[in-house]
Amino acid sequence: MAMTMFEKIWESHEVRENLIYIDLHLVHEVTSPQAFEGLRMSGRALRRPDKTVATADHNVPTDGTPAANLIADALSRKQVELLEANAREFGVPVFSLGSDSQGIVHVIGPELGLTQPGMTIVCGDSHTSTHGAFGALAFGIGTSEVEHVMATQTLVQKRPKTMRIDYQGTLAPGVTSKDLILATIGRLGTAGMNGHAVEYAGEAIRALTMEQRMTICNMTIEGGGKAGMIAPDDTTFEYMRGRPGVPEDFDVKVEEWRQLVTDEGASFDDEVEIDASALSPMVTWGTTPGMVVQVTDSVPDPAVMESPVEREAAERALAYMGLSPGTPMTEIRPERVFIGSCTNSRISDLREAASAIQGRSVHPEVRAMVVPGSAKVKSQAEEEGLDEIFQSAGFEWRGAGCSMCLGMNPDILMEGERCASTSNRNFEGRQGKGGRTHLMSPTMATAAAIEGHFVDIREWE
Amino acid sequence: MEPIDVIEGDVTFLDRSDVDTDQIIPKQFLKRVERTGFGEFLFYDWIKDGEIELSPNPILVAGPNFGSGSSREHAVWALQQFGFDCVIAPSFSDIFYSNCTKNGFLPIVLPEEECRQVAGAGEARIELDNQTVACDGGKFLFQIDGEIKRRLLGGLDDIALTLAELDSIERFEDGPGGTRGPVTTAVD
Ligand code: SF4
Repeated sequence: MAMTMFEKIWESHEVRENLIYIDLHLVHEVTSPQAFEGLRMSGRALRRPDKTVATADHNVPTDGTPAANLIADALSRKQVELLEANAREFGVPVFSLGSDSQGIVHVIGPELGLTQPGMTIVCGDSHTSTHGAFGALAFGIGTSEVEHVMATQTLVQKRPKTMRIDYQGTLAPGVTSKDLILATIGRLGTAGMNGHAVEYAGEAIRALTMEQRMTICNMTIEGGGKAGMIAPDDTTFEYMRGRPGVPEDFDVKVEEWRQLVTDEGASFDDEVEIDASALSPMVTWGTTPGMVVQVTDSVPDPAVMESPVEREAAERALAYMGLSPGTPMTEIRPERVFIGSCTNSRISDLREAASAIQGRSVHPEVRAMVVPGSAKVKSQAEEEGLDEIFQSAGFEWRGAGCSMCLGMNPDILMEGERCASTSNRNFEGRQGKGGRTHLMSPTMATAAAIEGHFVDIREWE
Repeated sequence: MEPIDVIEGDVTFLDRSDVDTDQIIPKQFLKRVERTGFGEFLFYDWIKDGEIELSPNPILVAGPNFGSGSSREHAVWALQQFGFDCVIAPSFSDIFYSNCTKNGFLPIVLPEEECRQVAGAGEARIELDNQTVACDGGKFLFQIDGEIKRRLLGGLDDIALTLAELDSIERFEDGPGGTRGPVTTAVD
């Protein structure tokens, strides 16, 4: 019978119905302490430390603090130190502050070659969907489930439904994979993928690099999806080759991985078609990623919205964002720019941002920062001289971590500050209480930093 | 986990859609390493700014797509420790829904119309076994997965149940299933 990629992976991981085996468990400092404590309280071991890896990312300052015990904020310090201590106690490898391999959990998995096709991957973090870009089944779990995976290496799960989004045509110049996923969420809504494992397919997806694909899978959760997946192909294998975690018999495995793709004629619970060639650069105007328009559009008018729920939400969002209906998006002026997060902080994102600068400088009324996703991305960028380009243009160049994506560390927005951000969530207060987030691609964020207002990158000289 | 049977009492109505977990428990409170102490920080920013007032009733009714965003289980702990025993909404994010069921906190999906009736009635009686929500104005049936219901009714510990099947897990690991993925302990 013709099977989807999701079905092949799911069925090969069923210990029994609704109990699936987990090949890789990624752990970070915020959602794990209560799970480790649970193990201790019940006298249980962590079953497979060799299938588990930990890193510190959410809490870490990005000012170059070299070790956990030097973190200034007492609570953050405690959480990172506890992660290290727990990892030691339970035998889990840990990449904490000061390690060459430290970084945002969804950046380091692929970077170290730990993320591989055909695997099941979980983490106590909703953006675990990122890893699906390699043809893996990867999703976020809560802390009770983290403890369950630690104790059993399995997860009690009901099989999700399946959805395929088929993107025909190719993206126009200036339109990125960030725009593609923002436009998709704008079309389907923030709950449009609820309960589904989503396969992104079609010509436009095949043409993307691995890092661009990761941006798309990363934001699956913003559309409510359980997991986002892209079939592995030569692009995937070339990206993986030579990374530390990949199997020794790599070429043999590649032939197996090729079999994972969805069979001709396999059926999905839902199918959506999107014309990728018609997409434009996108910018969010509200407080969910679904509140998004083309950069050439204006801030929408709640008065013309049909559903009362939607209208009320839009009115609230505009009040929070300090925006009036009808304002052209290109007239909105950010005071801050953040290039980073597990959505867009990989080396290619930084290269794109740097190459857009072209000798120009950050606008005098803007404070802009670039935060590499991992220590490795940072050193690679420095080898290529990108740090110089950013710094001489007036961008701050920071250490690796989640940084201002969620503001659990010193990088935060002040009340009322407006930010052009390459991250994934524009929720109220996400980047700091009262902060106003506009999501967009790295090149659009760079252009906004330089011009002091949002720009249509296609028209930008 | 405490078994759930009947939940009865007053209703608190949070008439908003897309309430995300960043709002339910803002990130500055995620630095706690315990499972307790979150109740007083529930909806911290909204309550502090006087945007909403909440009474710690047994039943919370909310708008569609409740619990979206971050996977933080702290959101469920905060709701529970604040005093709620269950939440009724037209839809939930998947991870939040699952987190509720792992903590003996009952998530109930009812159509928006029925949610509004329960909110309007001001009090209700929920029977998990019969899968009903009864209030002035009606008695509504809700759907819940049979296995989840069994575990909630019994207050059963997921991990203990799975460990009772350790044999099958070990058999799985002895087969081809055990060979997938990297050996993390061998990577620097
Ligand atoms: S970068 Fe942002 S979204 Fe990604 S893991 Fe860190 S906090 Fe979460």
